[in-house]
Amino acid sequence: MVADFDFSVLQPSLTFLWTGFLFSANLTLVAMTGGIVFGTLLAMGRLADLGFVSRAAAAYVNLMRSIPLVMVILWFFLVIPLITGKPVGAERSALITFTAFEAAYYSEIMRAGIQSVSRGQVMAGQALGMTYWQSMGLVILPQAFRNMLPILLTQTIILFQDTSLVYAIGAKDLLKAAEIAGKNYNRPMEMYIFAAVIYFAICLALSTLVKRLQKKIAIVR
Amino acid sequence: MNYHWNWGIFLERIKGGEETYLSWILTGFGWTVSVSLCSWAIALLLGFLVGTLRTAPNRWVARLCNAYVELFRNIPLLVQMFLWFFVVPELLPRGLSMWVKRDMPAKEFATATVCLGLFTSARIAEQVRAGIQSLPRGQRYAGLAMGFTLPQTYRYVLLPMAFRIILPPLTSEFMNVFKNSSVAFAIGVLELTFQARQMQEDSEQGIETYLAVTLLYFICAFIAHRGMSWIEKRTRVPGYIAAAK
Repeated sequence: MVADFDFSVLQPSLTFLWTGFLFSANLTLVAMTGGIVFGTLLAMGRLADLGFVSRAAAAYVNLMRSIPLVMVILWFFLVIPLITGKPVGAERSALITFTAFEAAYYSEIMRAGIQSVSRGQVMAGQALGMTYWQSMGLVILPQAFRNMLPILLTQTIILFQDTSLVYAIGAKDLLKAAEIAGKNYNRPMEMYIFAAVIYFAICLALSTLVKRLQKKIAIVR
Repeated sequence: MNYHWNWGIFLERIKGGEETYLSWILTGFGWTVSVSLCSWAIALLLGFLVGTLRTAPNRWVARLCNAYVELFRNIPLLVQMFLWFFVVPELLPRGLSMWVKRDMPAKEFATATVCLGLFTSARIAEQVRAGIQSLPRGQRYAGLAMGFTLPQTYRYVLLPMAFRIILPPLTSEFMNVFKNSSVAFAIGVLELTFQARQMQEDSEQGIETYLAVTLLYFICAFIAHRGMSWIEKRTRVPGYIAAAK
């Protein structure tokens, strides 16, 4: 064994790593919230009777899903300044990219969720005289959310792991912070291991929780 | 938006060199395809092995394989790349460690391939387990009643059925391998994403570069999809919903 680890360098850099972690967590929460909202709208658009709306939504979803996330991150980083005329910074660009990208994945989940609600529910809403938006908001979507909650959360765990890819544009997330701290103390290995342990612990804890939740909220039909 | 378009950029020579930018992109394409296909081979082999063992009667073997899957699923791919590249060589015995760090041929390529292969194998193992467990119990009993040993039951009955059932998610996984190979840029594999970033910085024609590279990723995904659909069609199980036209 060549390596002799010295994990004592972790202690002085903890505050720095914490700011990186906060960015990762913030990015995850923003992209989750925005992604679910836009994703739900996209899913509704895809299931709408208007031909061009559903086609446009489908095109957006399929496009996002067939490009590697790293490429999408680089695309947005390049294109947003071209449109706005000034640089936006890696962190803000990451927030926009992840919201736009994750919306495509959440949209597929919500589409399955909406389609899992039985036809009779739609008709019951209509029979009660509800408008489209009323029956969507009061009858269909709440059930779709409940059915899909475990999958939405699983996607969020994947999203949390994927935030590490902002490395490509140099945004300071947990991984980037670990790399910088590793360079400062000339101890890259310890920092990478530390980052891996943090990611592992959080993701394992969350996926265990999701499994438990899945059992708890399963609807007995 | 006042962008200066220049599609001719691909045929221009790189600054201070003989090659054209096109040759950079094509090299990148070659590495992307090589990393993806080699990782896919590793992932299929290991994924089927681990996935099968997760349904094994021996509790400890199953638990060990579950731990394997959880380990590789819960750490981001990029972090795993760094672990394989920077940390693992240090953990090896001295002689081997020196060889890996200094003399190993195509070090970046080998590291990226092993990393992506193991990462994907955990996901395939999950699908294989689900596929085997979705089979009616009777299939296993029928195999054993015929006088097959347990490995034979797996070999002739369960695995061929499970393989056909999980082909659709396996197709998405195959397409994911191409997408995920883009992460290999971080340890210096000269694949598409790496070359795209390099070309953008060098030529400042970002939009043309990324359009071309995105198109190449599309082509990979499309060919992967067509290939898998062909296999799916050829291996349908009569009597299942998927087999109906």
